[in-house]
Amino acid sequence: MSLLLPSIVNGLTTGAIYALVALGLTLIYGVLHIINFAHGSLLMLALYAAFFAKTLLGLDPYAALPLLLLGFFALGYALQRWVIDWASHGRDQNILLVTLGLALVIDNLALFFWTSTTRTIDVPYAFEVVDLGVALVPLPRAIAFVAALVLAGLLWALVGWTDLGKAIRAVAREKEGARLVGIRVEHIYAMSFGIGTACVAAAACLLLPTFYVTPQVGYAFVLVAFTTVVLGGMGSFLGALVGGLLLGVVEALCGLFLGESLGQIGIFALFILVLLLRPTGLFGARLA
Amino acid sequence: MRHRVFGAALLAALGVVPLVTSSEFWLTFFLMALLFALLGQSWNVLGGYGGQFSFGHALFFGLGAYATGILQVRHGVPAWPAAIAAVAIAAAVGAAVGALVFRYRLRGSYFALVTLAFAEVARILAASFDYTGSGFGILIALAPGAGNFQFADRRVFYWLAWALVCLGCLVALWLERSRFGARLIAIRENEAAAQALGIDPLRTKTLALALSGGIAGVAGVLYMQIFLFADSHIAFGPTMSVEALLAPIIGGLGTAFGPLLGAILLHALGEVARHATGGAPGLSLVLYGVLLIVMLRFLPDGIAGLARRRARG
Repeated sequence: MSLLLPSIVNGLTTGAIYALVALGLTLIYGVLHIINFAHGSLLMLALYAAFFAKTLLGLDPYAALPLLLLGFFALGYALQRWVIDWASHGRDQNILLVTLGLALVIDNLALFFWTSTTRTIDVPYAFEVVDLGVALVPLPRAIAFVAALVLAGLLWALVGWTDLGKAIRAVAREKEGARLVGIRVEHIYAMSFGIGTACVAAAACLLLPTFYVTPQVGYAFVLVAFTTVVLGGMGSFLGALVGGLLLGVVEALCGLFLGESLGQIGIFALFILVLLLRPTGLFGARLA
Repeated sequence: MRHRVFGAALLAALGVVPLVTSSEFWLTFFLMALLFALLGQSWNVLGGYGGQFSFGHALFFGLGAYATGILQVRHGVPAWPAAIAAVAIAAAVGAAVGALVFRYRLRGSYFALVTLAFAEVARILAASFDYTGSGFGILIALAPGAGNFQFADRRVFYWLAWALVCLGCLVALWLERSRFGARLIAIRENEAAAQALGIDPLRTKTLALALSGGIAGVAGVLYMQIFLFADSHIAFGPTMSVEALLAPIIGGLGTAFGPLLGAILLHALGEVARHATGGAPGLSLVLYGVLLIVMLRFLPDGIAGLARRRARG
């Protein structure tokens, strides 16, 4: 019992990051109806960006967050507009393969330039803790938890209440109809991809103070993100949020009871089960 | 038609490679290309003819490799029966995965994801138990002899791989002519229409996955007997799944000789990249990724598609 509550709290803080990564993925899926296999690679790239911002420029990850948000939004926009759309001829299966190709390129370029060395940063607040009564939570994790929830809320407001959000929802629902009323579909696709990529940049900045970065790190995350998205329901924001939190807890508990290496199995088993039994996820499947 | 003539000529030329050169380098190069052509053909059966894109074909390759190794090392089963059992296991798991996954109507992105997840589960399980060699992998003791499925002479493995690739191409050609293949292709083109015509999609796709799994298992067995070693990352890792799908996509999806064309081109490129960069890790995969994207842009039907287009125009 004494281990159970801290495990759950710990899982929730990890889950908030999963939720943030998954929010980006679910936005891209909801609009483009494809799975972005490069999502994990972009997260890895963002982790390196935050790492180098700290080591080369002396910029704290939290201070670097706005910069990275902008940078990765632009990167995502460009990738969708000038690589994915360009190469796939708009065919769904080709989009899937192009994002797989992108993942290969990004992951292995990272391996080539930065080698497989595990890198971490030192921040002065790394070992400060917040006492919640039932558990002690490291300060960076508490910040990540709150920030992830705030960002999720902002994203929800963006899609729900702005003109851009309205256009995104229109394209997600019926792209030809959206084109007919004057929405530039290619632009909205790229905007969605850019916003989805920006989510990953935010996750990276919140993650780095308590995590590490290697070229392979994205791969571990991408499967977790897929699981979260499938669990919550493809295209559902609330689903991604709840799914991410739930998954963080499941992982923490499986790690507690089964040990580190088999703990991962819990996630995949859950993934396969959800895909088979309820492919529409916990919260159906519709954007907004 | 032209691509078939070209493919058959290429196969014939590959058959005489060991007679023309005794260079260890070229023999190994073409042997590896043939091995991955076989794996690519396995993917092509399901992905090319059936339209179901698997991102976890390493599962079946790994099962072939691991099952043959474990049966020999842990249970003392002679090499040949172990090899046959391993292929049967890979095919059976293919049927089981198919029955499960297709029953729930998973297709497109979902199918890609669930196959990836199955391969990952296998990788983690293989790395977690002593029975499967945990972190070390499976090592078969060196004991050259035809009875042990180990040949000191590389050429024997080469011709064996070549014969199996020929067989794989024949399976693909059979798919193009048989009723089963016609059903499979009908499902690829329009599953709802195929079903309306009385085709059972679940049964057809499950059989295709079993066949595909079996062929990938053969490639795994061959890999294991050639190298006498495999670990969880080689056998079940995502790189193997990517290799399996790259060859047919680059060579030409749903064509009998596409995987062979693709495998040879990929390995030639990989070798050039390795020489150009002095064996830097990862660069050949960067090249594969770029090639995949560029191919989808300019030649979405692969090299075989190019030949077909020229034949038409």
